[in-house]
Amino acid sequence: MADGRLQGVVSSGSDIERVYVSSIAAGTHELSCRTNNNRPCGGLSNGVPCNHIALLAEEAIVQYGAEQVVRFLRFDPDMEITIGHQIVWMLDRNVQVAAVSPAAAVFSRFLRHLSYLELPGSVEALPELHWFPAGAVAR
Amino acid sequence: MRGAQLTDLLDNSPAGVTEALDVVDGFDQALVGGLSRLDAERTAALAALAGAVASTPLGSALAETVDKVAAGSVGDEHLLRLAGARTAMVGAVHDALREQADTALGRTRAQWPALTTAAGPVDGRLLAARSWLAELAITGWRNVDHDLVATSQQALHALLAEPTLRRAAVLLDGLAAELHHSSPVATMDRLPVRRWADLWARAMLLTSPESQPAAPEPVSGRLLILGADVHEHATAVQLQVHALLETNGEPTGDSAPRLVRVSVSAAKVDTIVGPVIWQLLAAHPVLLAALAGRLSLDVTDMPLHPSGDLVWHDGQARPGEPADPFAVARVQLGEALAPAVPPLDRHPVSIAEPVLLEGYTASSDDAGLSFDLDGTRIAVDVDRLPGCGPLTADLVAASTACLGLLRWDDGGWSVQPTGVQATVKRKKVAVHTGDWAQGPTDPKIAKAVARSGDTIAVLRERAGRLLRK
Repeated sequence: MADGRLQGVVSSGSDIERVYVSSIAAGTHELSCRTNNNRPCGGLSNGVPCNHIALLAEEAIVQYGAEQVVRFLRFDPDMEITIGHQIVWMLDRNVQVAAVSPAAAVFSRFLRHLSYLELPGSVEALPELHWFPAGAVAR
Repeated sequence: MRGAQLTDLLDNSPAGVTEALDVVDGFDQALVGGLSRLDAERTAALAALAGAVASTPLGSALAETVDKVAAGSVGDEHLLRLAGARTAMVGAVHDALREQADTALGRTRAQWPALTTAAGPVDGRLLAARSWLAELAITGWRNVDHDLVATSQQALHALLAEPTLRRAAVLLDGLAAELHHSSPVATMDRLPVRRWADLWARAMLLTSPESQPAAPEPVSGRLLILGADVHEHATAVQLQVHALLETNGEPTGDSAPRLVRVSVSAAKVDTIVGPVIWQLLAAHPVLLAALAGRLSLDVTDMPLHPSGDLVWHDGQARPGEPADPFAVARVQLGEALAPAVPPLDRHPVSIAEPVLLEGYTASSDDAGLSFDLDGTRIAVDVDRLPGCGPLTADLVAASTACLGLLRWDDGGWSVQPTGVQATVKRKKVAVHTGDWAQGPTDPKIAKAVARSGDTIAVLRERAGRLLRK
């Protein structure tokens, strides 16, 4: 959830080397789905949400909880939503594909994040982290 | 801690702390608007800082610096000196508070050894970081926006790539992320003025190489764990274990156990939070098993810095007998030798002194949770309880004994619990922060962790493929 979009990187089901950058805009519910090489996703072109969008919604609910996702995307808060596919069903009636794709920016941010996981750990003390108690970020 | 010790601590607040912090606050206000546009009041605040350190070796250099800055010429060197002077003031506050705590606890502390190696030349990567920090100080917090924060990224990447510069990298990343989330700062109601100045000043000094004391000495003996503390921001997590080290009189000839800290850390991303973070520290299985199983550890030839930081090598540790942290603290904490504090770490934030409290009544009011010990009250810092462990504010409120870290923040002392003994459903239980080091023992939480999937493994696999194309 950033820049007015629910966005994420979804692994391709068919090619392990490929990922899709999928997003749902808050409010307008415009969709976008492109590969890491910035090619449009075939599944999204014919007016229905692709599987990647569904997976994105599913994962968002696991990570943030349905209530927060529904509020962020500005769906009707009274709707009972518990699984990601319900979000897709609601989108289905009126799918708009975003004219401008945020894929490149989201993907480069994702790569930057991934690079953190490749950094080796440290066994030397980091005294500065006393300013960052873990309680402050725990959900 | 006994009631009398607590009274000693709370009743004898050292002289000069308020005055010193007033001088610091004056300087911090100058950083709000930026050093490039100082009004008369801010210029006076800088002069007051120079006045406060006038009789120290920094004195003449700082007086000259303040004149230059007031005249509108602000160079990196000037900023480094200002950060140094601010750090010296906060260091004096730290010393007074630390001595007050040591006196109240009856704790003996080792002396900081003489420096043996001279400072080396400055690394270019640190200079790049310094120039971003300088930009921040000149611009002022109020005028920070996304663009200015984004310019930190290049310097940050370079720092992160070099393991020996991790301290500076982790701090810079934490500060940049906080500024990013607050941007544009102009729209914020209240700024964390002292906090940001603390982070800025420390980061500034980390860009300047220190002279180092002698190399760490190898130690062997039995390590008895007192408690675990977890520090975390979006891209870093650190587990800090406070423990007693019994060395059988070697190599100092002193038989008192020594208070030591084990710190292991890992880089992470912001979606990894809660109990999953233990998986990031899986490179230290012996340490995690000792935490989860409440075991003592036998360590062999492990390097110990004079600061009390034990450099953890998992292969040089073996699990020993079970050791209840409360029993360890009752018998040995009182006589333990506390380590010296490195010059740069002389800041009240570094005060995290292991203490044992028993026989108190826990009570909650508008000011939060506090323990009443023989009529003296101390605040309990439940906000610092990490989300990765089983210790909750409710458990602390129901507790009868508490192992924790004595801390000082903004004028007051508090205890951050690391373990408690409590009565839950008429059963006596002991709960510690490190209990879930090998995974949550609560089946409900364990299920939630399993459901969120093996996030770390998936992300690492993706990193492996996508970053090497």
